[in-house]
Amino acid sequence: MTKFAIGQTVHRLEDPTLLQGKGCYTDDLRPQGAAHAFVLRSPHAHVLIRGIDTTAARKAPGVIAVLTGADAKADDLGTMPCIVPVKNHDGTPRGETPRPVLALDRARHVGDPVALVVAETYHAARDAAELIEVDYEPLPAVADVYGAAQPGAPLVWPEIKQNIVADLHLGSKEAADAAFARAAHISKIELVQNRLVANPMEPRAAFAEYDPETDRSTLHTSSQSVALLRAHIGDIVLKIGDKLRVRSGNVGGAFGMKAMMHPEQPMIVWASRRLKRAVRWTGDRSEGFLTDVQGRDHKVFAELALDKDGKFLAVRATVYAGMGAYLSQFAPMIPQSVHSMMPSVYAFEAAHLHLIETVTNTVPVDAYRGAGRPEGIYVTERLIDIAARELKIAPDELRRRNFIKPSQFPYTTAAGLVYDSGDFEGLQAKALKEADWAGFPARKAASEARGKLRGIGLTMYVERCGGAAPPDSVALKVNKDRVLVLPGTVDNGQGHMTVLKQMVSEYLGVDMEKIDVSQGDSDANPFGLTGGSRFAVVTGTAAGIAAKEVVDKGMEQAAKMLEAAAADIEYGDGDYKVKGTDRKATLFDVASAAGGIEALHIKNTGALTFPNGCHIVEVEIDPQTGVTRLDRYTIVDDFGRALNPMLLLGQVHGGTVQGIGQALLEHAVYDNESAQLLTGSFMDYAMPRADDVPSFHTTFHHTPCTTNPLGVKGAGEAGSVGAPPAIINAIVDVLHAKKGIKHIDMPATREKVWRALNG
Amino acid sequence: MYQFKFQKAKSVAEAFAGLGKDGDAKLLAGGQSLIAAMKLRLSQPSTLIDLGDIAELRQIKVETGTVTIGAMTTHATVAASAEVNKALPALAMLAGSIGDRQVRNQGTIGGSIANNDPAADYPAACLGLGATIATNKRKISADAFFKGMYETALEAGEIITSVSFAIPKRAAYVKFKNPASRFAIVGVLVADFGSSARVAVTGAGPGVFRIAEMEKALVAKFAPESVANIKVPAEGLNSDLHAQADYRAHLITVLAQRAVIAALK
Ligand SMILES: Cc1cc2nc3c(=O)[nH]c(=O)nc-3n(C[C@H](O)[C@H](O)[C@H](O)COP(=O)(O)OP(=O)(O)OC[C@H]3O[C@@H](n4cnc5c(N)ncnc54)[C@H](O)[C@@H]3O)c2cc1C
Repeated sequence: MTKFAIGQTVHRLEDPTLLQGKGCYTDDLRPQGAAHAFVLRSPHAHVLIRGIDTTAARKAPGVIAVLTGADAKADDLGTMPCIVPVKNHDGTPRGETPRPVLALDRARHVGDPVALVVAETYHAARDAAELIEVDYEPLPAVADVYGAAQPGAPLVWPEIKQNIVADLHLGSKEAADAAFARAAHISKIELVQNRLVANPMEPRAAFAEYDPETDRSTLHTSSQSVALLRAHIGDIVLKIGDKLRVRSGNVGGAFGMKAMMHPEQPMIVWASRRLKRAVRWTGDRSEGFLTDVQGRDHKVFAELALDKDGKFLAVRATVYAGMGAYLSQFAPMIPQSVHSMMPSVYAFEAAHLHLIETVTNTVPVDAYRGAGRPEGIYVTERLIDIAARELKIAPDELRRRNFIKPSQFPYTTAAGLVYDSGDFEGLQAKALKEADWAGFPARKAASEARGKLRGIGLTMYVERCGGAAPPDSVALKVNKDRVLVLPGTVDNGQGHMTVLKQMVSEYLGVDMEKIDVSQGDSDANPFGLTGGSRFAVVTGTAAGIAAKEVVDKGMEQAAKMLEAAAADIEYGDGDYKVKGTDRKATLFDVASAAGGIEALHIKNTGALTFPNGCHIVEVEIDPQTGVTRLDRYTIVDDFGRALNPMLLLGQVHGGTVQGIGQALLEHAVYDNESAQLLTGSFMDYAMPRADDVPSFHTTFHHTPCTTNPLGVKGAGEAGSVGAPPAIINAIVDVLHAKKGIKHIDMPATREKVWRALNG
Repeated sequence: MYQFKFQKAKSVAEAFAGLGKDGDAKLLAGGQSLIAAMKLRLSQPSTLIDLGDIAELRQIKVETGTVTIGAMTTHATVAASAEVNKALPALAMLAGSIGDRQVRNQGTIGGSIANNDPAADYPAACLGLGATIATNKRKISADAFFKGMYETALEAGEIITSVSFAIPKRAAYVKFKNPASRFAIVGVLVADFGSSARVAVTGAGPGVFRIAEMEKALVAKFAPESVANIKVPAEGLNSDLHAQADYRAHLITVLAQRAVIAALK
């Protein structure tokens, strides 16, 4: 056994470097002689661009170049791809929203790039940008995802009728309709999934270098996948293929947003190649608000059908999902997960989703922590609470009657997913106990004695993690004294390096101190994508396959060295041993003799995993002000197995805090006339802070995952799935008791809660 | 940021001379409002005259009946000052409620009241504690100083040197923070001077204001029930993303009661 095997708490190896400010983020790369870029952006949400006069800007001090959409067109740049095909229910393909890296004749959201100024200093570039004269002709704009789909709404794309870019049905409408026709009771809800801004601590950044000798460009950029960016920028937009290398150093948070190519990345490489010079760009916080792809943005109408015994029959929904002004890379796929998650942890006969994806004059929307799964679970878990109240069945009891049972695995859900494992009833029972559910009435009475209102809310959740092509891979190289691990994924702050070393240490029986991890270089690392809570499951499994291949490859050399038949040699604790003897050779000796051993072409698609759990929240509301305090917060999760309990808790806490942000605070609000973002800075966009968050009581109820050898389930997004329904269920517990109110939309701000109680 | 010149003043007189020479020059205190505006290119001073080296602007003096704070005293210094905590705890507590640690370590009382942000805290202290604002030219009563949103009685070239607060029998400040910015959505300061009382409200309107009806009721009896039924009209109050006017109006009454309770503790 090595010292820090899988399952142990190992402190993050990343921290000494990062906490001392010795990390290297994209903006830390500031070589002498690099030029600085500033992007001039549309101040309007929807305009025709009649002309751009850059004469004065070109002559401004320090200016090297001013580039516009016309230059990009002349250089034959491709448009930004959306890689998800969608077939509408009438058989036609989804609409197209071709997006040039710089706007050509039309800008479609505030912040849309209009011109790029490259200068000797950032301030010179920014000063010059003010000299660019753009002849804008304003057009009517639309921001509301539902309003955009109504007749007569301003059109974001004249080619896209009623702004509906895709219109599809998921699951069987007939089966759902039949179940609803038989129902003894139907519960309904109309709700909003508030639009969110990812707001990682480190803003987006791009820095391109050019090597005239090889005609190659290197793009340094904060990302979740250097391989995807290399392909999309190199092959699709700039059409330079392998003449592009993409690298990511430390990444200060991403949350899905940095998986997407944004226009500045190809733009900066393009400028650098034109100028044959290094060019750097770092977005500021305002640009982040106006241009980073955002999350959620749904308007939902949903229904739950139950029989006379409170058995769930079917769930169905019509979801209007906002795509923003252009379809981002994965955008049309994200809300499809609403359907796959709608059955949650329950036995349903049918689940049907009518998904209407609309374009609006807003920043594109794409994956944000959870990416469609929080949206789906929220619909069903809110409906269940409403049904429980209408049928006068306790919410835990109604759930208990409908859980998928352990004996039913593998279980194919009404949405067609195959759950492999779980113990939902046992997990809920544990959560009720941990939360002291039974003691709630006494705590409620105590709150009331202090003039406060107390509510309790429960949710179950499950999510689909891992899987999904393209596969993540890992390359492994062993030389005479060290192991080098090259994952395809990019750490964004999760602690990948620590866990990867733990895993490889166990796989090979080699001390962690002898293992190096190197990430984020499209020339060196194999394919991978950080996202969808895939790292532990997909990369972890790939590392296991790679380790086995390394050991197998060394076997012949070991046999030679030990003068034994390969069949008589076994591997363990870092040694090749001749069975039944004390003769052995270390992995490093064998690798040294073999001139190094490598496993380079490991592919692991990774089967799906289904982490699940229960969040129970108690809120205390001040009826005079509407202030909602999270007083008690209990989480029980099933992640199959903990690789590193401390890092796992970090993921749970972080995800839950983001869920709290969505439930109570965060909202990207657009003015519906002008489509201007009204919450464009931290003065107006409320992020959750330490004093908004309670101390979490977290435990586990693991059932090993059967679809991967590690037995683990994804954990990175779990908290963001569980928190919103649990919190809103708790607040509605109060609002219903006092005012008969059925639902309150997120974010449940203090003013909204106060109005609900005093309306 | 646009290009600007930078000058460190050794004395108030030197700063005054600097302002006289250049009409587009601006004083720099903690920079927490000014530098942010410059970075967003909303403010374009030709010269910044830094008051940071003028020691006389950093003094705290407690005398009979008054606490005087030098214009360049930071919020953190006021919050931590043993003398202020003893003589006028409500003021220390108010300073400690401003922004975050970084802002409190940089931001100053002079900068705050010269800026007169409608959601700032110090204006409520000035008005509620009957402060006198001393400048290089004159003394101005708080009642005459604040002129509505970002407007003050300061004339061109006028430099705040200190602020003197009257010490009441008791006082308290209750702040309902904007969850995003942590500025005041509504902040209410109540002070009991025995024969008079003051109730000053920040955040709720275009500028800080007093509520005469509550003051009268509190002189009669300094107790929460005295203000509990005094409703503040919503007309003229701010309505924005964070709070509609009627919610702000309601909060004023709630916070006034809570401030009275806190003052009585
Ligand atoms: C994140 C953040 C949160 C904040 N939260 C709060 C809050 O909760 N409550 C609150 O009240 N404030 C808050 N502030 C504002 C903060 O208190 C500032 O310190 C204050 O508004 C300005 O003070 P300053 O010393 O930084 O002044 P500066 O920014 O340096 O100057 C502001 C203005 O005052 C002028 N000026 C400065 N000193 C003088 C003087 N002696 N005489 C005449 N004019 C002068 C300057 O020329 C300038 O126009 C916050 C600020 C930030 C950045």
